This record gives sequence, C-alpha cells and structure tokens, in this order.
Amino acid sequence: MKLKVNSETIDLDGLDPATPLLWVLRDEIGLVGTKFGCGISQCGACTVLVNGKATKSCSMPISGVGDSEVTTIEGLANEDGTLSALQQAWVDLDVAQCGYCQSGQIMAAEALLRSNPEPSDAEIDQALDPNLCRCGTYLRIKAAVKTAATNLQSAG
Amino acid sequence: MSLNYEDIGKVVPGLDREFQRAENSASQIFKLDRRQFLKLTGIVSGGLMLAVAAPKTRASAGPLNPNGYVHIDENGITLYAKNPEIGQGVKTSLPMIVAEELDADWSKVNVVQSTIDQTKYGMQFAGGSMSIPMNWDSLRRAGATARAMLVGAAAKQWGVGPSTLTTKDSYVIDAMGGRKASYMELASAAAEMPVPDPASVKLKSKDQFNLLGKRITGVDNQDLVQGKPLFGIDQSIPGMKYAVYEKCPAIGGKPNSANLDEIKALPGIHDAFILEGTNNAMEVMPGVAIVANNTWAALQAKRNLKIEWDETEACTDSWSAAQASAKEISEKSGSSVVNAGDVDAAFENSAQQVSGLYTYHFVSHANLEPQNCTAWYHDGQLELRAPTQTPGQAVMSSAKVVGISPQMVTLHQTRCGGGFGRRLYNDFVCEAAAISKQAGVPVKLQWTREDDMAYDLYRAGGFHQMDGSIDSEGKITGWRDRFTTFTNGGGRPVSGGGMSAGVFPGGLLENLSVEQTALEWKTRCAAWRAPGSNVFGFVVMSFLDELAQAAGRDSLEVLLEVLGEPRQLGARGMHTGRAAGVVKLAAKKAGWGKDLGSNRGMGIAFYYSHAGHIAEVADVSVDSDKKVRVNKVTVAADVGPIVNLSGAENQLQGSVVDGLSTMLGLSVTFENGRVEQSNFHRYPILRMSHTPEIDVHFVESDYPPTGLGEPGFPPLAPAVCNAIFAATGHRVRTLPISEEGYSIA
Ligand code: FES
Ligand code: FES
Repeated sequence: MKLKVNSETIDLDGLDPATPLLWVLRDEIGLVGTKFGCGISQCGACTVLVNGKATKSCSMPISGVGDSEVTTIEGLANEDGTLSALQQAWVDLDVAQCGYCQSGQIMAAEALLRSNPEPSDAEIDQALDPNLCRCGTYLRIKAAVKTAATNLQSAG
Repeated sequence: MSLNYEDIGKVVPGLDREFQRAENSASQIFKLDRRQFLKLTGIVSGGLMLAVAAPKTRASAGPLNPNGYVHIDENGITLYAKNPEIGQGVKTSLPMIVAEELDADWSKVNVVQSTIDQTKYGMQFAGGSMSIPMNWDSLRRAGATARAMLVGAAAKQWGVGPSTLTTKDSYVIDAMGGRKASYMELASAAAEMPVPDPASVKLKSKDQFNLLGKRITGVDNQDLVQGKPLFGIDQSIPGMKYAVYEKCPAIGGKPNSANLDEIKALPGIHDAFILEGTNNAMEVMPGVAIVANNTWAALQAKRNLKIEWDETEACTDSWSAAQASAKEISEKSGSSVVNAGDVDAAFENSAQQVSGLYTYHFVSHANLEPQNCTAWYHDGQLELRAPTQTPGQAVMSSAKVVGISPQMVTLHQTRCGGGFGRRLYNDFVCEAAAISKQAGVPVKLQWTREDDMAYDLYRAGGFHQMDGSIDSEGKITGWRDRFTTFTNGGGRPVSGGGMSAGVFPGGLLENLSVEQTALEWKTRCAAWRAPGSNVFGFVVMSFLDELAQAAGRDSLEVLLEVLGEPRQLGARGMHTGRAAGVVKLAAKKAGWGKDLGSNRGMGIAFYYSHAGHIAEVADVSVDSDKKVRVNKVTVAADVGPIVNLSGAENQLQGSVVDGLSTMLGLSVTFENGRVEQSNFHRYPILRMSHTPEIDVHFVESDYPPTGLGEPGFPPLAPAVCNAIFAATGHRVRTLPISEEGYSIA
C-alpha cells in the first residue's frame, strides 16, 4: 500500500486497510502533529487535508485514501522552511493555550482559505465549527484566520 | 500585604500542609517588614526560597549557572521553566520574570522545560493558580542574582565600580567608559564571582520593567504550529508498544475473567492480562490491559474484550436518587459551617423573604488530549514521559505501584493538552507504569475519549436551598444557604464540595447561616478549574441578584452596598475595595444601565477566588423559544501587575468560553454507578459560532501578582443567568441551563 503525504510517497505494508489515517500518520509514519481527541468525528483535532479538503483523519480508513494527496500540519510550511501565513499569524497572535487543538484548527483554516481567500466571519464560523477548542481560544483563532487572509491577499 | 489563598488548598495532594503553614504564617506577615516577609514566604512555599537561596559558595568556572533557572555560556542564554505547561502559559510567563530582572534580550533567550528536582525548584506543579504567586519573588531574585554576577565580572574586568554599570538586552554597559560586553562574553568570568545572597539582591521597581506587562507570544508557538512532538501523546521510546486499559464502568468492580486467549490471538496483539491494581482510583483500579503493535490494533482488541465483572463492591451511584434525597434534606438543617448573627430573627422581622433551590450537575474535565503516558519499567527503574500537573506526585505514586524507590523514577515533563485539575491525579501514569512492568516492554498507554469520560474524577454536583430577607428599605438583612454536597467517605465533602466561612457573602452580612450535609458517593470527585468557586459563584451571585430584584433595586448598587467600605477580609479573603474597583470598572465598560430594548438584558457578577478579584457583565438576548444569545461579556480583573498581557487576556477569554460552555449544556449523570455520557456528542463543548465578543480589562494594582488560570471562571454563569432574568424575568436556578429548557442561539 502506498500513501502520498506532504508530497512524499510512503510505502506501508501489512496494515489493516480499516486503520484510520490518523493512526497511520501517528504510529506508522511518526507524524504526530495530527491529534487524537474523540475518534468519532466530533472534535476536529485530527483534521488533515485530503486533496485539499478538510478531513477528519480519525474517521477516514486508510483504504479510502487511495492515491489522494494528504497534507498534515508538518507539511504546511513554505518550501523555504519559513512558516506559512496561517502558521505565522497563529504565532503572532499567540492563539494557543494548551495548543492541543491547534493543528486541527490550522488545517481546517487552510482548507477554508484555499477555497475562499476572503472569508466572512460567518464563513469562518462555519468552516471551523467542527473543531473544538477546550481552552476556548476561538476569538484568537478567528482573528488569526483573518490576519492570514489579509496577509495572503496583500502578498498575492 | 496578604497571602490571599481562599479556596486554593486541597487541590494538590500533599499541598494541604504547605497551605496550612502559609495560613499560620500569614497572620504574622502584617507585622513583618519586607525582608522578613520574603524569608517567610520562602519557607511557606515549600522551602522554595531556601532551596534557591542556598547557592554554591563559589560557582565553578565555565557556564554561569548560579541557580536552577539561569544558564549562560558563550552560545547563549537558557532559562528553565519549572512547572507543567497545561495551557495556562507558565512555560512563557515564569521565565519572563527571570528575564526581566536579568535584563536579558527575550527574543534570543532559549526556554527549556526543567527536570523534576525538588532541591533546585521546590514544589513543581500546576494547580490552584499558584505558579505566579508562589514563584514571583524567587524567580525575580534568580534573575537578579545572575545579573549581579555579570555586572560584577564586568566591573572587575574594567576596573570600575559595579554601581557605575547598567544592563540592557543581555549586555553590561559602561556608559562613562563607552564600552559594553555581552552576557555571553562575560559568562565564564561571572561564574567565578561569588554568588550573592538572593535575599539581598536589588530588584527593579515596577516602572523599570521592560518585558513584564507586554504581549509576549508563547515560547512553544513556533513548534506548535508545525506539529512538533510536544505533548504526552506524541512521545515514544524505541521498542515501544501501544497499550489500552479497560476498567469496570462502575468504580469498585473487578474482572473475574476475560477472553484473554481470544484477544491475544488477534492480529497485532503482543499481550493481554488482568491487573489487580491497588484499588485506589488515584493509582490503579483493577482491569484488563492489552498491549499491541499499534494503537489501532489495541483499540480494535479493546472493542472485542469480553470481561465478566465482579460487581459486589462496585458503586451504584445514581444522580436521580441523589436529586430526590437532596430535595428532602434541603428542608431540614444540616451541620453548621457559618452561623453569624441571628438569621431566624432577621427572617421574622423582614419586610420580604425570598427562597429558591439551586442545583448544579456533575461535570467532567474533558481535556482535549485524552489521558496517556509513556512508561518503561526495566531493571528496577522506571522512565516516564507524562502529561501531568503534579510530576512530583506522579513519581511518588508510580514508584509505589511498581514497588521501587522514587529515586529510581525519571519523569520527563511534557506539555499537557489541557489540565483543568484532571491531571493533578496520576492514575494514568500509574497504570502505564504497572502495564510496562507486567508486559516487560516500554508502553504508551492511550485512553480513549470514552475512557476519559468514564474514569474521570468529576466536579461534584450540588444543591443549595437559599433563603434570604430584605427590610422595608430594600436592604439585605438575612441569608441562609442549606447546602447538600457529596462525600467520598467519612462525611468530609469532596474536593471543591465544601463551603467555608470565606465564601461570599461571608464576613459581609450580619446575619448569615451556612449549613452543609454530604451524601455518600462512591465515584471519585476532585478538583476542577476553580474548585468550589466554580459553582458557589453561580449560587451566591444569582441569589444576590434575586434579592436585589425582589427589593426592586439595581443589582450593581446592591452588590456595592454589600461589599461596603474598602477593607481586607481576613488574611486569606478578598479586599472589598479591590472588589468594588473591578465591579465598577466592568459596569462602566459594559455600559451598565443603558437601554437594550426588549428580550435583552445585562447581568453582573463578581467573585473572588484564587486570590483574584474578577467582575463580569454579560449582555444577553433570549427569544420566546428560550434560545439564548450571549452578545458580549465584559471582564474586569485585579490580579496585581500583569506578567504577560497576551497570556493574561487569553486566560480570561478562555475562562469566559469555558464558563459559558459548562453552564449551557455540560452535565455528567450517573445511573447504577455508570456515567451516562461517553463522548463529545453527549458532552457538547461550546464551538466558535457561539463564542461572544469578550472585552477584557485589567486593574494593575500594586499588590503581589496572582494567577489567572481559574478566577475568571466563577463570575460567568451568574452574570449570564442574571442577564437572562433581566431579559425575561425568569430566574434560572439549574446548571446546566439546558435542564431548564434553554439552548444557545
Ligand atoms: S479525533 Fe477525529 S474528530 Fe476527534
Ligand atoms: S488550545 Fe487547548 S484545546 Fe485549543
């Protein structure tokens, strides 16, 4: 079985095809930035991009990924290694408290900005409502998404 | 100056003693001068100052390393963060305090999580919002000590008096001589200097602060946004296996037998066995362990487990039965906690009496990172990577469980995906240790979300029959609280479930009676963000509003009247002047009294907890279907000087969101000893679209700084419930308010 993750193709053998993408990323490939929170599509901690769409990796069996492109938080930085606009906004606005939800939040925001570079407040709410933050950092998450959107617009 | 420790105690096992000592000493503090005070607080904070104040007589050459917090060599400056980071920001704020007095260039400082070492660091834990107040002074002195040595080394090199030199951004500067030297260049010479007595080093005055009070981004943020392995769940050890553990859903049950052979035959399974455990919910309860090659294999096998439980000793707790008993109990008097003045006479002579039964449900901590721990027991040693709030306690408990001395345990602190009090208890650490020992391999124990919800140590529910009276002028004349709480045995209320004389309006009203009765409860209950205050705040601030409304008066005016003249209420209590200050500020910023139109209202609440004085005003709309929309929450806080403005504001906004989340719909119910909720679909934590605007203001008073992880939580629920009353005329007396038919719009 092959998996395309962050522009690399990885060979995986002997895995139960029902294994959720989450556990393949974490246990087999060592990409632990994607988090486990609930296992039943309720919290968004495990959000990754599959062909650019925000996907809950806890509920996506590896057999369903096929040759789709998977992007995780580890694959988000710019090619020169600098932080992406979203990552930088998250640092600048000091969004995190415990930080556990934040890779999922950033991935959901990434999917949003790819399809909608100038989201309204309501569109941000809609895109990020699947992602819980137990520490309650929602206002800063929203502000960071807007900051990143603005920065991308002025750079683009 | 006073040590304001109201309701902080009992949150960390083993801390009770320290707080008791702090309390005993606090009364003397008023009579001491500052110098003596510092010595004393050193002693009361677990020997911390003494530990820090016991420098080597002469530092060795090489890096400058005068204490556990500072390390400077030619390559740079490293500051050590001593306490667990659970989202409260101490991995950033504590080293900031050192950096301020050191005059280090923060942008180039490297912050590293320290080892667990009581001799160097005193008590290391995250609880009771204690990190800032307990470490403020010693960290300043640690930074100032290193600075003095660097200045001393430069003075010696340049042949000038140290008092002619200044420091800035990691440089010692000789303005007269027109020269400067970096701390890195000076480090090895500084290491040769005698270490000054930290108690005598000169500290900055507040107006000399360059770093404190600024907005500083968290030291782990760069790594966080790139998904680096910071958390407990991210750890691994070569050769590690993945473990899960199944316990009886009703605490006290033991496995008689399990289909272990079937489980062991499943693909990817390394081992499966029964653990007898220690029958202590803070260590290891009996259960079945599965050790597998990966998490998924372990989880699949867990689903296929068939266990026959012996439930003779298992708990049969029932929330519906508790509710029924509480109703009965509330009509009779319980054992007295406070009995001031003559409440019966006040009621008899009053113009009006007001009564109501307040109820709040049990809740779970629900850290987003489910409990986990990586453990390797081998050759009589134990190595742990643990997301715990009490690493010292984790070492002690796990050593006991595997039968070795604590000296043989090494614990690496990891970032914690949320604390809220859950990780004060180290059951998951002890389980991982026991499983590694039995299996003979390193393991990462992973709890599922369902485990996390079923085996929490819960915030207990409670019931308060409130009675109060007002006179013909609308003044409150009497107040009685008949409280039904829970005990995990022996009649002593569970942690956070006991009223005390300091609970509002203790010390403020002449005629006051608080009585308490504890129902037996087998499921463990424990500290949960702002223990006690998180529910008492709701009850007392709602009932105060009830009395004000019954008197036809403005609740802000009544609250200020009850607070009265500015004064300190006992060594551990609130300062009514600071309280009134935040109440007035929150009201002013929120525009208290302005016309909001129909179906919309404002509510105000104040609460003092964890040494923080905090007031909140909620602006709420409610429609005819009882759909609630919180438009805005205004917060005013007095916690002394602010260390990190960004972190402080984040804590208060987070407390408001957590407060709202919890009051709206969070409830854990029990039947036949089992928790009825299993995952987030039945435990609906607030989401982004329901988050109100939150406006935070600080009164930066000159009192010693105190913590912010907890005190922002208690005023939120009563502020919102009082606003619902203002909007609708309906008094909410149950948390979560979904129990009274409300939902979020
Ligand atoms: S772990 Fe996938 S949504 Fe919660
Ligand atoms: S920052 Fe802790 S869960 Fe979001």
